[in-house]
Amino acid sequence: MQEHDVIVVGGGGAGLRAAIAAHEEGADVAIVTKLHPVRSHTGAAEGGINAALREGDDWELHAYDTMKGSDYLGDAPAVETLAQDAPEEVIQIEHWGMPFSREDDGTVSQRPFGGLSFPRTTYAGAETGHHLLHTMYEQVVKRGIQVYDEWYVNDVAVTDEDDPEERSCHGVVAMDVKTGEVEGFKANDGVILATGGPGQAFDHTTNAVANTGDGYAIAYRAGVPLEDMEFVQFHPTTLPSTGVLISEGVRGEGGILYNADGERFMFERGYANNEGELASRDVVSRAELTEVNEGRGFEDEYVMLDMRHLGEERIMDRLENILHLAEDFEGVDGLKEPMPVKPGQHYQMGGIETDENGHTCIDGLYAAGETACVSVHGANRLGGNALPELIVFGARAGVHAAGGDISEAKIETGERGNIEYDDTEMPVTPGEAGIRESSDTTTAAADGGAVTQDPTAVVEREVEAERERIDELLSREDGVKHSQIRARLQKTMTENVNVFREEGSVKQALEDIRDIREAYEDVYVEDPSRTFNTDLQHTIETRNLIDVAETIAMGALVRTEFRGAHWRKEHQERKDEEWLKHTLIGWHDGEPEVFFRPVILEGENKTYEPKERSY
Amino acid sequence: MSTQVPEEQTEAESSADAEAETSVESHQERRMREKAEAHEYRNAQKEAQEEVAAADDSVQLKVFRYDPEVEGKQEPRFDDFYVPFTKGMTVLDALMYARDHYDPSLTFRHSCRQAVCGSDAMFVNGQQRLCCKTQISELDWPVRIEPLPHQDVVKDLVVDMQHFYDQMHSVEPYFQGDENAPAGEEQTQTRENREKIKMSTRCIWCGACMSSCNIAAGDNEYLGPAAINKAYRFYMDDREDQQELEEHRLRILEQEHGVWRCQTQFSCTEVCPKDIPLTEHIQELKREAVKSNLKFW
Repeated sequence: MQEHDVIVVGGGGAGLRAAIAAHEEGADVAIVTKLHPVRSHTGAAEGGINAALREGDDWELHAYDTMKGSDYLGDAPAVETLAQDAPEEVIQIEHWGMPFSREDDGTVSQRPFGGLSFPRTTYAGAETGHHLLHTMYEQVVKRGIQVYDEWYVNDVAVTDEDDPEERSCHGVVAMDVKTGEVEGFKANDGVILATGGPGQAFDHTTNAVANTGDGYAIAYRAGVPLEDMEFVQFHPTTLPSTGVLISEGVRGEGGILYNADGERFMFERGYANNEGELASRDVVSRAELTEVNEGRGFEDEYVMLDMRHLGEERIMDRLENILHLAEDFEGVDGLKEPMPVKPGQHYQMGGIETDENGHTCIDGLYAAGETACVSVHGANRLGGNALPELIVFGARAGVHAAGGDISEAKIETGERGNIEYDDTEMPVTPGEAGIRESSDTTTAAADGGAVTQDPTAVVEREVEAERERIDELLSREDGVKHSQIRARLQKTMTENVNVFREEGSVKQALEDIRDIREAYEDVYVEDPSRTFNTDLQHTIETRNLIDVAETIAMGALVRTEFRGAHWRKEHQERKDEEWLKHTLIGWHDGEPEVFFRPVILEGENKTYEPKERSY
Repeated sequence: MSTQVPEEQTEAESSADAEAETSVESHQERRMREKAEAHEYRNAQKEAQEEVAAADDSVQLKVFRYDPEVEGKQEPRFDDFYVPFTKGMTVLDALMYARDHYDPSLTFRHSCRQAVCGSDAMFVNGQQRLCCKTQISELDWPVRIEPLPHQDVVKDLVVDMQHFYDQMHSVEPYFQGDENAPAGEEQTQTRENREKIKMSTRCIWCGACMSSCNIAAGDNEYLGPAAINKAYRFYMDDREDQQELEEHRLRILEQEHGVWRCQTQFSCTEVCPKDIPLTEHIQELKREAVKSNLKFW
């Protein structure tokens, strides 16, 4: 068994930042990650990092824009923390050598982004995430922080009290991908989940193949509620054939969208008379699909994004990477032709419920980055707000886990405080039913009900359970391949829980997911090897995707209003009287239950009044 | 971007779903039925591959296979896969198709599918390439896919990257600028200097260059093009301007297995998927080393 003070799961932006912060607090830190850190999907982020750095801008404006962008579902303490901490964090990574794009006077460049009242998006070409990821990995190397790369974390080791709020987390169990060996990692002070998004639940996504929502599923089954999972961002400009992202930076620099009739539809069709192409992402995605659905798309599928008028010099300076992506993945020369684009799954606003310090309701268990929901983004994330979230809340989680000095959180977590339970009828019973009783239910008292609370024993018990589970999966001689099951899941999510949602289709998705759970009972791993068995790893990941996708569909059914990225055919308005509250789903040992907690709109100096969100 | 299996492959299942709705069957019956279906599905897959092979528009992949613990794979061999060709298909798409439809044990690294994670550099038709940005249509068929040469093979197309990482780490690959830079204030950098380091910062650690380098193949201690490029990125960054530090960086690069080993064959530059002028960067550092040494005469 390995032992460290703080274990960070995931080596992307949030994980690296958390590890550095915990290390600076004097903790012995290790990063356990299924990919080598530089392979993480933070590297694919293109546009930039919002931070109020300049005169004329301030954190309160950033907070206001973020709150408005969230459609008033962000919690003010989280939103304001993001806006307040972002400038210092951005300067910090500049001091670590981040190669930002520069102005003539040598200062860091900023550009306009959708939904922002000031051009506050700092960037490094159109490959900001790549540079952020590598800059922070360099600092991890500098500090000698231990990295267990290509170790797949199966589960967390959590005690088994009845109430999740009473439980504590003492480590993780992980599989060495190279050898198949399963080992325990004891964490004396805390475990930070920074495992990224769940894009693989959909079949047209900008997310990597590795983005299988492991962290959400692991925390959820350990007893942490998932928050606001129905809010999924569909990015308006992805390449139709592959889902490769074309940065919002293209529109930020002046790129325009038009339909097959040659109309600049964002203005000419009245979707966003003021902001046009730079309206919030949810607005632009719906506009594009409406154009296509009403017969004004190209090949009934996409619209065009044109940046030719920006000129070669400006494009090469600020958007060069876009030219390579369009050429390599769509065969289009962005200097000479417009680029075909359509909406694609991009980002999960919801996630593991945490407070402003990344702490969940389970003692010692933290989450940061896309997998967490603090909540900053509410019903819709603004472009350029994901990267500051990684570094701001990654750092805070790291400091808190290592016992450093940090302000007390205002946001409440878990099933306590001012909550109410939901009574929406589900078309089928969600949850574990249908998936073979697996040994990963962390709450099952292993030895005849005797409750084990010794940290080492908790980790050991979990290691045993995972070894059994993997042996059992590998021992099956016959069954269904995970790739078939995953394809069915992606298909139903894309057809039924997409940009436009209807009650009937969301119910259909829940029924399909139930069938998919049953199919998973017979999943088998064809590859018998213990060496680098990706068949086995993908099979475990598919289980996680099923659990995560189900929470997205449940949230989408329950929320009977139209807010941010969540559009409901039967409910075409935002209902503030009823719905200024977060959707939370607790696993409840396999019998998920939905409950709600009010949004916090009271900020440090003011209360945010919900206004109509027009762009 | 996803690993989705195209719809037609799941037809057998969806008709089964419809059946399930109309009749009530016991758990046991359902399990038996699904097992039978799984059998059928696999047979159908075999046939499908044979059919695809016979069709004109299929591309033949010859893929290197090896597994240290599986009988029949301990001796390396090449397997043939016939994948239906579609416009825009990359080598990675073809590999994923073969894995998801024919052989789940086919093993390779991949993640972002957009040439930024650097996971899927392989030896394709005799050259180091990033599979996700290599179009099948631009290659001679059959397409031969092997793991990166000059590295230990872990399994199939997966190589051990540890040596590559060790070399990267050995050049102090981190910014060591002014520790006392005023908090809350950025350091400035000219646009020209940012431009100067721009190409060198694009490295995605895919290892293609190192694998292509004859010198690295013969001298395991040679830093290699990627690590030297990483050092270049910091050496040339004006924000790191202390002379002592520059000299320190040059000492690492000048060592016996450093820049002077490079014989300017340009193989690294040719295979770099990010078009980094690696050989030029190495040459520039040689000149810097000479200049620096002359100073002390």
